[in-house]
Amino acid sequence: MELRISRNFLQAKLTCWVVPVLLLSTWELAAQIGWLSSRILPEPLAVAKAAWSLSLSGELWTHLSVSLWRAVSSFMVGGSLGLLLGLLTGSFKRAETLLDTTLQMIRNIPALALIPMVILWFGIGESAKLFLVSLGVFFPIYLNTFHGIRSVDKGLIEMARSYGLNGWPLYRDVILPGALPSILVGVRFSLGLVWVLLIVAETIAAQSGIGYMTMNAREFLQTDVVLVGILLYALLGKLADVLSRLLERYFLCWHPGYR
Amino acid sequence: MQMNQTELECLAAAVPARRGIRVAISNLSKSYAERMVLQQTQLNLDAGEFVAVVGRSGCGKSTLLRLIAELEKADSGQITFADNHHRPETRIMFQDSRLLPWKRVLDNVALGLPKLNDAAAQALRQVGLEDRAAEWPAVLSGGQRQRVALARALVHDPELLLLDEPLGALDALTRIEMQQLIESLWRERGFTALLVTHDVQEAIALADRVVLIEDGRITFDERIELPRPRSRGHAAFAQLEERILARVLSRPDCKS
Repeated sequence: MELRISRNFLQAKLTCWVVPVLLLSTWELAAQIGWLSSRILPEPLAVAKAAWSLSLSGELWTHLSVSLWRAVSSFMVGGSLGLLLGLLTGSFKRAETLLDTTLQMIRNIPALALIPMVILWFGIGESAKLFLVSLGVFFPIYLNTFHGIRSVDKGLIEMARSYGLNGWPLYRDVILPGALPSILVGVRFSLGLVWVLLIVAETIAAQSGIGYMTMNAREFLQTDVVLVGILLYALLGKLADVLSRLLERYFLCWHPGYR
Repeated sequence: MQMNQTELECLAAAVPARRGIRVAISNLSKSYAERMVLQQTQLNLDAGEFVAVVGRSGCGKSTLLRLIAELEKADSGQITFADNHHRPETRIMFQDSRLLPWKRVLDNVALGLPKLNDAAAQALRQVGLEDRAAEWPAVLSGGQRQRVALARALVHDPELLLLDEPLGALDALTRIEMQQLIESLWRERGFTALLVTHDVQEAIALADRVVLIEDGRITFDERIELPRPRSRGHAAFAQLEERILARVLSRPDCKS
């Protein structure tokens, strides 16, 4: 019985890789036969080779670390501002009346429509990218924090008040944990959005980063390097997703939906 | 009356320090958006008395309890407690347990205590759930959650315990078990208890007095003289239940 379970498990693990492996080998085969021009799509082996040589020269790591730093710092800035303002407008009616309309208007401006202005304001240095990505990251976290605070079970708040909880203890023990599932949804959205925005920010104006590396390679028709860049984004995106899952698993261990 | 008197004495002998507090409610009125829910309600609870309020849904019985708990403000009228120097320790049990899902059972019981101490574990032991202390509330059954809620209320050693249909959502067997638990803890602690319920049998099983609210007024107030613990199979119990039920049903509709 146990053997059968482990065999089924192994089978399931392997099955999900059948399609990717099949695609990859067809691709490789097509390139080998000459159906695919390397200008349109380089063979997988060439992509792997390009990645290898880029990492040997250290170029890959510099670009990767620059992009990673940009992503982390803008997520921190945009995310913490979103959290702060979301907590503020969610908790105080007056803050909502004062700020929410403005924020909703800004939210509806596509971050990318601001690029010309951003270049005028900040030039093409780090701050421009930081601004663009932070702005994009801000809203999912802001909205979900606001919504999370507002949708905390009123019955629980009433109960906690009747048990003598007020002010900070009420906030810490009831309101914040109640809003947390929603806040984490915002974090997850934002982590996905970071990479999308970063690609754009790095392709418009940069001297480093994965986006720059990809754009540069395009100029020289190095399609293999372009593909390395694209795959790196996919990998980093997946990494962000895994991270947000871990956060949920850790903070929502009480929640039957996350166990 | 005689029987009740001796019974009270008997209880007093068993429990030297009674925690209960006297509650006097006079001319209490409350309306929501032009609709009168309570009209000039008068009700007195003796110290340590167990009073059950019955009535159809929407007749103002829950509102009465919420006003006493200060969850809402009355339009007029007064609620006074035996000595007006301090606000008595009042705790409520709601129909839903209202446990914080992100706190473990023991921390839920300890909610509002200055710091985690032995009292919480002891209260949990009294409701028979000490072995579930480290669990999340989500894994408990409905009856267990209400027992945790009861422990959370009792850990503060209340002078007045307000019960807002706490057993309404439980199955019949768990209900009877919970009723026995509440009764035994009430006899042990001697707090004043006010139970809002739509279950006449429950009211008779637990209360010293059953009060009926209709149209926001108290229209019926009967002392239950049956000896405790009360057996539901007893003829006197059945008679009383039928009489009160008939009284509750005598008015076909309650403005709601």
